[in-house]
Amino acid sequence: MTEADFAFLRDYLRKRSGLSLGAEKRYLVESRLTPVCRRFGIATLTDLVGALRLSREGQLERAVVEAMTTNETFFFRDRAPFDLFRDVLLPKAIAARAAQRRLRIWSAAASTGQEPYSLAMMIHEAGAQLAGWQVEIVGTDLSTEVLEKARLGLYSHFEVQRGLPVQLLVKHFTQVGEQWRISPALAGMVSFRPLNLLSPFEHLGQFDIIYCRNVLIYFDAPTKTDVLERIAKALAPDGALLLGAAETVIGLTEALVPDPQNRGLYRQATVAGRAAPHRLAAGF
Amino acid sequence: MMTSSAQNAIKSSTENTAKTALIVDDSAVIRKVARRILETLDFTVRDAEDGATALAMCAEAMPTVILLDWNMPNMDGYEVLRHLRQAPLGDRPKVLFCTTENDVGAIARALHAGADEYIMKPFDREIMIAKLDQVGFAMRSSEAA
Repeated sequence: MTEADFAFLRDYLRKRSGLSLGAEKRYLVESRLTPVCRRFGIATLTDLVGALRLSREGQLERAVVEAMTTNETFFFRDRAPFDLFRDVLLPKAIAARAAQRRLRIWSAAASTGQEPYSLAMMIHEAGAQLAGWQVEIVGTDLSTEVLEKARLGLYSHFEVQRGLPVQLLVKHFTQVGEQWRISPALAGMVSFRPLNLLSPFEHLGQFDIIYCRNVLIYFDAPTKTDVLERIAKALAPDGALLLGAAETVIGLTEALVPDPQNRGLYRQATVAGRAAPHRLAAGF
Repeated sequence: MMTSSAQNAIKSSTENTAKTALIVDDSAVIRKVARRILETLDFTVRDAEDGATALAMCAEAMPTVILLDWNMPNMDGYEVLRHLRQAPLGDRPKVLFCTTENDVGAIARALHAGADEYIMKPFDREIMIAKLDQVGFAMRSSEAA
């Protein structure tokens, strides 16, 4: 994306949505609009800008504005998936993995790091129960720029105020000038790697818990099926998958089934899942 | 397994249903901005430009949430909060401290004094929603995420 493209998009979004983007938000534009390009079969962001210059108020325009004005990432976003992690998934995982004392979690749309760091905070709060455990959180995202920010773990006061309870801010962050840096203890729990979900991800290994929220919505149905079936292979037999509120596996794959007790939570179908897709594996 | 303070910090709460707000700030601009935001969130809003007026208003009708400036002449936010928490029903309002003093020491002092959350200036509507949500007003359920 050229400077001229970025300047056009800033002006375009300001006029259409009132969104004011600072010069430092280039990474945000790239991370949000790259999926829109993919959805509309547009090769590059420069081509997207070209298309926006030519057309008015169509589907593409709406998608661009929506992508930039919604799906913002913040700490403990939507809260319910994190309540579920604290109250259900983590206690059951601790019981289920007591022998191995190892837990692997994948945040598949990690963006600037708020989701994996929120999970890390909850794991940290579990304290003594996980003493001596090997806990690994892998955060992946398409954009290397957002991952760079995630690795830095440095957030503005606007960012730390969205979703992050002040008690956790004081506990897990230190002030660096006008910004706040995540503690080394939490940063050490999370590793970030660039990944396009459309590419193979077997090399990441198997995970006990996968958070893949608000990314499938950008894919068409066959792509959703492909990604979900590969996610199922990356999920431990008793593992748990969290999708976004507007996402589901229903009608897309039989490898995963919804957990009837918890909205947004999906589990492996049984080994005989194809024959009995509604029987749940004994998951945590 | 979690500390109780952290549990409370993250805990979903729906206990606050009445939406009455008191804005306490010596800046007319901040009062106006905060009022506009809170009114769009369906709060019934009153405001006070100093601590003594705010405490009198609380004695008359205790709001469910107070947006309290830290630095005010005569009686600062710390003093207002100390008096408030000793008053009848004064333990009930959720108090959001609001200040430009964005350092850990100021935040810790506000929490120690009995504040429930902390809003750093400048703030916007999204931050207000997030903070109200965190102290139990379930704002996110009625707002697009």
